[in-house]
Amino acid sequence: MSMQEFFAMGGYAFYVWTSYGLTLCVLLANIIIPVVQRKKFLRALALKQKRSES
Amino acid sequence: MFLIPDPVVRFFHRMASPPHFYAFTQRLMPWLVVIFLLLTAAGLYGGLYLAPADYQQGDSYRIIYIHVPSAWMSLFIYVIMAVAGCIGLVWRIKLAEIVAISSAPVGASFTFIALVTGSLWGKPMWGTWWVWDARLTSELILLFLYLGVIGLYGAIDDKRTASRAVAILALVGVVNIPVIHYSVEWWNTLHQGPTVTKMDKPSIHVSMLVPLLLMAVAFKFYYVIAMLQRARIELLLRERNAQWVKNMVAESKQ
Repeated sequence: MSMQEFFAMGGYAFYVWTSYGLTLCVLLANIIIPVVQRKKFLRALALKQKRSES
Repeated sequence: MFLIPDPVVRFFHRMASPPHFYAFTQRLMPWLVVIFLLLTAAGLYGGLYLAPADYQQGDSYRIIYIHVPSAWMSLFIYVIMAVAGCIGLVWRIKLAEIVAISSAPVGASFTFIALVTGSLWGKPMWGTWWVWDARLTSELILLFLYLGVIGLYGAIDDKRTASRAVAILALVGVVNIPVIHYSVEWWNTLHQGPTVTKMDKPSIHVSMLVPLLLMAVAFKFYYVIAMLQRARIELLLRERNAQWVKNMVAESKQ
C-alpha cells in the first residue's frame, strides 16, 4: 500500500481524517488546559508568598 | 471493611490525604503517559494499517477505532462520576468529590467525540449527519447531563456545597445509562445493534477486534491522565491556604 493510498482511505479521507484530527485536538486540549492552569496558579501563589515576606 | 484486604484499605486512606495524592499522582503520571502512548500507537497501527477494509463500508469503517471506544468511555466515566459523587455525598471525602467533578469535562469530551465522529461516519454510510433515533438522542442527553454537572458546579461558590449538588444531579442522570446501552435493542434505531458486547461471539473479525480493544484500553488510560490533571488543579484551588501547599510553593522557589 502506498502512502497516497493510505491517506486516501478508499475515498473516505475527509470523514476519516476529520474524525481523527478532531479527536486529537479535543484530547490534547483536555491535558493542556489543566496543566497550564496549574502552572499559572502555582506562579501566582509563589508571587503572593514573596510579597508577604518582604 | 473486614472484606477488603488491609493493604487496599491503607492505600485508599493514604490517597484520601491531599498532599499524598498530589505527590503520588505526579510520580505516577509519566508511567501512565508511556502506557497510553504505546497502546494508542499499537491500536492505530492495527486499525488504520493492518486491518483490512470492510467488505461493505470500505475504509470509512475505520472511524470505529475512535467512535466506539469514545462512546464506551462516555458511559464508563459517567458511572465513575456518579459513584465518586455518591461516596463524597455519604462519607464527605474531599478527594472523592474532586474525582467526581474532574471526570465531568473528560466525559463530556468523549461524549462530544462519540457524537461528532458518529455524525462523520453516518453521513457517508446512512446518507445523513443526524437522525433523532433513540441511540443518538439519548447520547445527546448524556452530553447535556455532563454540561449540566459542569455548569452547576461553577454556579455555586462554596465547592463543598457545589459537590453535593453535582453528586445528586449525576445520580439522577444515571437512569440514562441503561437507556443508552439498550436503546438499540428496545427501539428500532437507524444506529446498528451491538457488535462486540454480545453474549455469543462478537460479529467482528479478530484483526479488527484487537485494535478496537487496544484503543478502548488506551482511552481508559487517557481518562485517568486527564482526570488526574484536572484533579490536581482542583485540589490546589481548594487547598490554597493549607500548610502543605505553602510549603510546596516555598520549596519550589529555591
